[in-house]
Amino acid sequence: MRLKLILLATAAALAGAGPAHAERGADGHVNVIYWQAPSILNPFLSGGTKDIESASLVIEPLAGYDEKGVLFPRLAESIPTVENGGVSADLTTITWKLKPGLLWSDGTPVTSADVVFSWEYCTHPEGGCAQLGAFEGVKTVEAVDDLTVKVTFDAQKPVPYGPFVGGQSPIIQKAQFADCLGTKAPECTAANFGPIGTGPFKVVDFKTNDVIQLEANPHYRDPAKPAFATMTFKGGGDAAAAGRAVLETGEFDYAWNLQLAPDVLKGMAAAGKGEAMSAFGTLVERIEMNLTDPSPSLPEGERSTAKHPHPILSDLKVRKALSMAIDRALLVEVGYGQAGRPTCNIVPAPAMFASDNTDCLKQDIEGAKALLTEAGWVPGPDGVRVKDGMRLKLLYQTSVNAVRQDFQALIKQWWSEIGVETELKSIDASVYFGADPGSPDTFQRFYADVEMYANNFNGTDPQAYLASYTCEKAPKPETQWQGENINRYCDPAYDALVAELGKTADLTKRTEIAKKLNEMLTKETYTIVPLVDRGRVSARSNSLGGVVLNTWDTELWNAADWYRIK
Amino acid sequence: MLTFTLRRLLLSIPTLLAISLVIFLILELAPGDPVASMPLTIPPEVREKIRESLGLGAPFHVRYLLWLKAFFVTEPLHALDALLGTDFAAGSQRILSFQSRSPVFDIIAERLPQTLTVVGMAYLIGVLIAVPIGIISAYRQYSWFDQIGTLIAMLGYSVPTFFTGVLLIVVFSVHLGWFPSIYDTTLVVDSWDSFLLQVRQMTLPVAVLALYNAAQISRFMRASMLDNLHQDYVRTARAKGMGERVVVFVHVLRNSMIPVVTVVALGVPGVFGGAIITEQVFKVNGLGQLLITAIYGNDVPMVQTLTFIFAILIVLFNLVADVLYGLLDPRIRYD
Repeated sequence: MRLKLILLATAAALAGAGPAHAERGADGHVNVIYWQAPSILNPFLSGGTKDIESASLVIEPLAGYDEKGVLFPRLAESIPTVENGGVSADLTTITWKLKPGLLWSDGTPVTSADVVFSWEYCTHPEGGCAQLGAFEGVKTVEAVDDLTVKVTFDAQKPVPYGPFVGGQSPIIQKAQFADCLGTKAPECTAANFGPIGTGPFKVVDFKTNDVIQLEANPHYRDPAKPAFATMTFKGGGDAAAAGRAVLETGEFDYAWNLQLAPDVLKGMAAAGKGEAMSAFGTLVERIEMNLTDPSPSLPEGERSTAKHPHPILSDLKVRKALSMAIDRALLVEVGYGQAGRPTCNIVPAPAMFASDNTDCLKQDIEGAKALLTEAGWVPGPDGVRVKDGMRLKLLYQTSVNAVRQDFQALIKQWWSEIGVETELKSIDASVYFGADPGSPDTFQRFYADVEMYANNFNGTDPQAYLASYTCEKAPKPETQWQGENINRYCDPAYDALVAELGKTADLTKRTEIAKKLNEMLTKETYTIVPLVDRGRVSARSNSLGGVVLNTWDTELWNAADWYRIK
Repeated sequence: MLTFTLRRLLLSIPTLLAISLVIFLILELAPGDPVASMPLTIPPEVREKIRESLGLGAPFHVRYLLWLKAFFVTEPLHALDALLGTDFAAGSQRILSFQSRSPVFDIIAERLPQTLTVVGMAYLIGVLIAVPIGIISAYRQYSWFDQIGTLIAMLGYSVPTFFTGVLLIVVFSVHLGWFPSIYDTTLVVDSWDSFLLQVRQMTLPVAVLALYNAAQISRFMRASMLDNLHQDYVRTARAKGMGERVVVFVHVLRNSMIPVVTVVALGVPGVFGGAIITEQVFKVNGLGQLLITAIYGNDVPMVQTLTFIFAILIVLFNLVADVLYGLLDPRIRYD
């Protein structure tokens, strides 16, 4: 042991300031702050990012995504593919093999029964599992032997990496949760607050909406990790206070998701105690055009439905002109700084799926004016364009959020320059993003002409995301206004292409289709007007090493590799 | 006095029931959705299932009656079970938080000590500072002490705690580094060192709240003392040859305390309610912070239960204030 230590120490010394991976727990204590406090450590019972990410320190999936969006095995031995026989040739089954010798933090072995149980737990009809989406299309999950699990889908699944992949779909211990199925799930408070896991840390104490105390998992599969013996995971407050605690006072080592004004962040980083890191994923702030008429003069039940096309926005030229008038670079500068970049795509990443569409990046006020004139909208006496007695007036809604209100004001200004009158409306986020079918202010109901919000997709494959713009997914009264096709976009060609994507396994072919779908929604129809590709900014103290910011999976994906820079 | 107390207690039952219904209806009618804060990547069908599993599928009167039953029957039985080790409440549904899916009362029990130590200490210190300041300010009206006291009270009363809190953090945590900016809720006080740490981390939040409380109470104290100092009985006492000490502390102070006691007693439920803003600023895991996160998360059972507990405390401390009147002023009799 001593010899090994000396060797390691020498190696570390030779490597310069490299990590001194001495042994588990050698680096003492680490402090992490999330300004949203974790409520529960069972991601199946909560959709919140804070809960999924904090739980990812303790419970793990079979495979995860690294910082480049590439799948890597966690509990699995390798990633099953068609080539290695893990995915069946007809694309309906995937067979995972667990690493041999894995132990839960209580010392019992991890078996395929735990994996099967995790599926049963989430898919129980009365459980209200928040991660049910990961198991969409799964027919059965069966244990072939102690270490092998076979997932069968009810149809072809070209990308079978939904179940048990990523922080949203972890493996929980059957022995601990066996009595917690269905309606009993919330009664198992002890298990929900302290799941037994395979991750680098285990829970010592959990105070809901406040703090988690963790210690190194004695049975973690890599005997040298994690370097930290204990961790305090504090939650609550606001992004500014969290940034201050890492960058200015140095009380904490890592702060998550600092959505702060660019100059505020710069001021904090100037204190020199840490650095703000940024990375980009798939989150895009966009303006969505309503292709149906939201006019209050229509009877309830017909407003904002396919029955009445939008009197102004049905015209492609108008939509295009509205996009051309926007200066995306300025929006980024005002709202996001290093955490944003202009984009014209709703699928901005991974690189292979991102279209090279950059048409929208340059603001073109004159071009927009010409296009509106061409469409028959001519300037009226007060500068607002009119056509057949109708004024070019739009209602532009979004959620209450300082950056979004800045964006609204800027865009309203640019639109007024091209002769569009804009009325602004901001709605409290809990109402806007709530799905109350009785509320007229939800983003699905879309009782406005244009609206702004941000959306992204899980993992690296955009199929499900692009499939949400098919005709039948439009929110309407018959579906209680549920549905993801907010714009009520409906193009049979698009639907056919989505269906084709669902059947295509070849990756090159998939990227082509995905790019085409992305372009159909953006530069070909301007149904969706992307504005900013929003990155993630998190901060680490200068003494915390090994941090790699990852937007494809939980941010704490490699906490096992973190160490103290001495 | 006893019959008065009993009568008031009985009368408070319908009052509280009405309050609970009003709270429930307000929350019911308020817009908002517990799944709204979840990522948009969760599909609508799944959201609907989550909503159902939270019990939101049932009509509102059913949910209200279930909540009443849980609050008045299940939870007390459960507390009894925990105390005596019995098994009365087995199998019955407790009030569960939407956010953490755990019993609301367990979370409240976990949070209460922090609120009582920080907010309670601040209240105590506030009162202890305010009463002498009020007395001296009134006795030496328009002296330099009174002027400075008035200035500080005005500042303390009018500057909001979210400003003073952040100001103190910037000065004492960021620039001087004397006190932590984040309250360590995991600290266990078991030694002299940890006690000192606890005192250090309590200093800033307690200072912010004590200033605010002291400002308010010292103004009441001063006004009430001034009212009494010019009364005839004070002149009589002085004419009888009593010393200033006896006149001020026995005659005037006791009479002046009546309105101040009301204010202090009515402020006590506020202590339990926590200090929403200050707790949030310093990240003290008290009841105020619990309430605000529950409101943000549309955690209806938590908000409902907490606000109702506050309502009970307010009704209760109104009664306490009334009873204390009788003790301070023998002329006041309720029978």
